[in-house]
Amino acid sequence: MDFWNVTLSLLAGLENTCLIFALTLVLALPLGLIISFGSMAKFKPLAYLIRTFVWIIRGVPLMLQIIILFYVPGFFLGQPIFTRFSSVVAAFVINYACYFSEIYRGGIESIPKGQYEAGQVLGMTKTQVFFKIVLMQVVKRILAPMSNEVITLVKDTALARTIMIVELIQAAQNFAGYGLMWPLFYTAVFYLAFVGILTLLFAYLEKKLDYYRW
Amino acid sequence: MSMLEVKNITKSFGKVEVLKDVSFSLEQGQVMSILGSSGSGKTTLLRCINFLEDADGGQILVDGECIFDGSAEKKLTAKEIRANQLHFGLVFQSFNLFPQYTALENVTLAPKLLAKERPDYKEKKKEIHAEIEENAKALLARVGLSDRMNNYPCQLSGGQQQRVSIARALALNPKVLFFDEPTSALDPELTGEILKVIRDLAQKDVTMVIVTHEIEFARGVSDRIVFMADGVVVEDGTPEEVLDKSKNAKTRAFLQKLNEN
Repeated sequence: MDFWNVTLSLLAGLENTCLIFALTLVLALPLGLIISFGSMAKFKPLAYLIRTFVWIIRGVPLMLQIIILFYVPGFFLGQPIFTRFSSVVAAFVINYACYFSEIYRGGIESIPKGQYEAGQVLGMTKTQVFFKIVLMQVVKRILAPMSNEVITLVKDTALARTIMIVELIQAAQNFAGYGLMWPLFYTAVFYLAFVGILTLLFAYLEKKLDYYRW
Repeated sequence: MSMLEVKNITKSFGKVEVLKDVSFSLEQGQVMSILGSSGSGKTTLLRCINFLEDADGGQILVDGECIFDGSAEKKLTAKEIRANQLHFGLVFQSFNLFPQYTALENVTLAPKLLAKERPDYKEKKKEIHAEIEENAKALLARVGLSDRMNNYPCQLSGGQQQRVSIARALALNPKVLFFDEPTSALDPELTGEILKVIRDLAQKDVTMVIVTHEIEFARGVSDRIVFMADGVVVEDGTPEEVLDKSKNAKTRAFLQKLNEN
């Protein structure tokens, strides 16, 4: 196995890593916002229900959630309803949405009441106040904790191999069967590059939002 | 007919009665100042009239039309409250400008959103927006900020921020403009520029209610002064009557204390 072949195999694994990463972000970012609204709902039973749900999802290992989502429906229904890939994505989306929801909640609650009131006395609707005034400020405030979560997500994708999805680590692990260990260490280069790009991206966003302060 | 009539407003927070039967009325073009020590209910009164707090009882009439009736069984809907709020403008003690928008955008944001509800918005969007911007620029010029229009609030001094927020409130042509201690968050050397703007508005016959601690300013700008203590209007009269000739012990004690400082 030469270096070039190993690189190609790892790149094939990286494709799944990227797919899980991208799908999770695209779906969990809006879902997290909805969950955060639920956890702040004035209707208390709903708020408690959502908070309990967030507690469970954050309290159980993601690896276990992946296993449950893939095996348990099949166990009851006689056959799996999700493919391996979609159960992994579903588990990631739900898990990350719960973490995101808490970051959103912190951000939203940190916006001073005066911002809402100023919009209100200017005749804006609640929706307008949220989207035109509050949300932009929330984004700026949560950028740093969000970058943490997003970077963690890159490496969490390796949990997909729990149910035999060949992502980056699994692709390298396959070589271990032939007695080749170095591809496993080599994966670190891919992760570092991935996270490096994200770090630059977040730095860029932070700079872009730096034009105003409170 | 009075421009604004406030009748028997009451408001409690839990067991604390903050407003007890507060009434006053205001004619078109009049300027009224509300004085009183902190905790006397001035700010709560302003917040109730502006629907930021839900008064427990009483009535509010604008131009003879009743916009709030505490005895009504049905609560006002969000839509009705919004429509009511547009009768008034409110300038906050802490400015509350939107930090992510320039001074000009702060002034144009609400009018542009409101214009979307006009039936001819789709056809005439460009003209409507141009008109709104034109008006906003004129308002910012009026408060002396023509050259800072494209600055963000964080690039402006406190006094300049408060002037933007006055322009922002004026942009919707309120029938009555309320000020909640507009200079309290400012350094003493910056209060002058705000007071000058308010004086200027008073000369142009803008109907205003000003909660303030600046006695001499209130004397100069107001047609009427209301003195509040413990959630009650203790006195209501011309500046002379309230500030110089008051016989009420509470008023005199309050003025005395201010003089000592």
